[in-house]
Amino acid sequence: MAMKQTVGKRVGVTALAWLVAFLIFFPILWTFITSFKSELDAIAMPPKFLFFNWTLENYVEVQSRSNYLKYAYNSIVLSVGANIIGLLIAVPAAWAMAFAPGKRTKDLLMWMLSTKMMPAVGVLVPIYLLFRDLHLLDSLWGIGFVLMLLNLPIIIWMLYTYFKEIPVDILEAARMDGASLFNEIAYVLTPMAVPGIASTMLLAIILSWNEAFWTLNLATSNAAPLTAFIASYSAPEGFFWAKLSAASTLAIAPILILGWFSQKQLVRGLTFGAVK
Amino acid sequence: MATQQTSAAARVLVAPSVILLFLWMIVPLAMTLYFSSLRYSLLDAENSGFVGLQNYAAFLSDPDFVSALLNTLILVASVLVISVVGGILVALLMDQPVFGLNALRLMVIAPFFVMPTVSALVWKNLLMNPDSGLFAWIARLFGLQPIVWFTNYPMLSVIIVVSWEWLPFASLILLTALQSLDEEQKEAAQLDGAGAFSYFFYIVLPHIARAITVVILIETIFLLSVFAEIYVTTGGGPGVATTNIPFLVYKEALLNFDVGSASAGGIVAVVLANIVAIFLMRIVGRNLEG
Repeated sequence: MAMKQTVGKRVGVTALAWLVAFLIFFPILWTFITSFKSELDAIAMPPKFLFFNWTLENYVEVQSRSNYLKYAYNSIVLSVGANIIGLLIAVPAAWAMAFAPGKRTKDLLMWMLSTKMMPAVGVLVPIYLLFRDLHLLDSLWGIGFVLMLLNLPIIIWMLYTYFKEIPVDILEAARMDGASLFNEIAYVLTPMAVPGIASTMLLAIILSWNEAFWTLNLATSNAAPLTAFIASYSAPEGFFWAKLSAASTLAIAPILILGWFSQKQLVRGLTFGAVK
Repeated sequence: MATQQTSAAARVLVAPSVILLFLWMIVPLAMTLYFSSLRYSLLDAENSGFVGLQNYAAFLSDPDFVSALLNTLILVASVLVISVVGGILVALLMDQPVFGLNALRLMVIAPFFVMPTVSALVWKNLLMNPDSGLFAWIARLFGLQPIVWFTNYPMLSVIIVVSWEWLPFASLILLTALQSLDEEQKEAAQLDGAGAFSYFFYIVLPHIARAITVVILIETIFLLSVFAEIYVTTGGGPGVATTNIPFLVYKEALLNFDVGSASAGGIVAVVLANIVAIFLMRIVGRNLEG
């Protein structure tokens, strides 16, 4: 009897949980479905849920009319490139702070975190004017540089919390055996740190991919990534929902998949280690 | 612990990050402060000069600023309430013994990975459009007049879109915190005959209190600078109904080309964000000691 009740309750709770999750996820699913409709089906009333002529024409159209691949290329170059450079700068810093902490290491970490608190609008004007004078507006290098700096504190923090978990004894043993600083990093630390570095990179890519303040304000066409590409659909002409949906699906699919892989690290990265 | 040699090496390794972050934050901020004391329009660059605090006086006494400040506070507070209360409920639900937790978690966290321009445009068109949107269809099913969301309730519409983006974040963090609740403590509470409510208020809530604080502070920092959602849906309108402080500064700087006034607005935004930041830093700092 008691057994039956628990199973019954479990089924009920499961049904409710699936309903809630489905409602939260629904807008994404609806976008995905709409991307395969003709423009007429997309605005049909009552809405067509599954029974319509599935077509790929929107995807073809999005590429041929607004050159999706150029924006996707910019997004990839910006989010991957900027964060590779960010990692190269951050790994030594995080290593030093985790394994050779000084008196001011904690203050330094807090200061780095505090740069993340600075609202972008506080520095929009000078950055915009500097970029204009240095001809960095609408350039991949300029925007990539900004994205790298935006993520640098998060990257250092995440790496720091991962490095902290590596037992110091191992490093000391390596030092005893006469390993140089370089050897210590290359042969002892790196293999143990690879998982942490990988998940840091993943989160950093996600954040850069979706960054939509600087990319909208500093890029106009040549260096514009997918955030700006989608924004260009905000003032459309004629029927455009199916095309908007196709473009949106293409813009979010890669990062959704990456995000699903990294959701566990996400908690840690976004709370600066405060929730694990 | 560290020898002199390693601490010198450590300094060299940390230096690039410190220098870059210093240049990125302090220099532009100093420039913003400087610009904020100038009469400086990009349309009339010749006619610039020192005006002291005039830009602040003008910006702060501008009725648009007052409404932008109110809009910012309304947006931040509403999304916080919706996402935290909703997040607690979703997390509690997912923490029950349910079938397929992994799949559920993937569905719930998904909106967080959607770029802001996409979520705003999808909601505005596919869901909230008064003629062919899904919500209009549902309203008509019940014989109701469809709501003209972005025209009649612009701020509420923006709040709904932004809440959808942040509810998953709160749910995921709070679920993580819930799952670290000791099984033994749960059983002990059950044995003592604790009811669902007293169990929640005396055991669960204290346990996730810190995670809730972290969620509130982090969301506040991001919500104070909501921009893209407004940029692609309402453009700050109708009138200034959805203009928050970031959008107002953007308008002053890149649409009106008034560098002085925009800089004063930027500094106001910095002060606001710092008030929140101080609290967040304390909590993270406490964690660092452990």
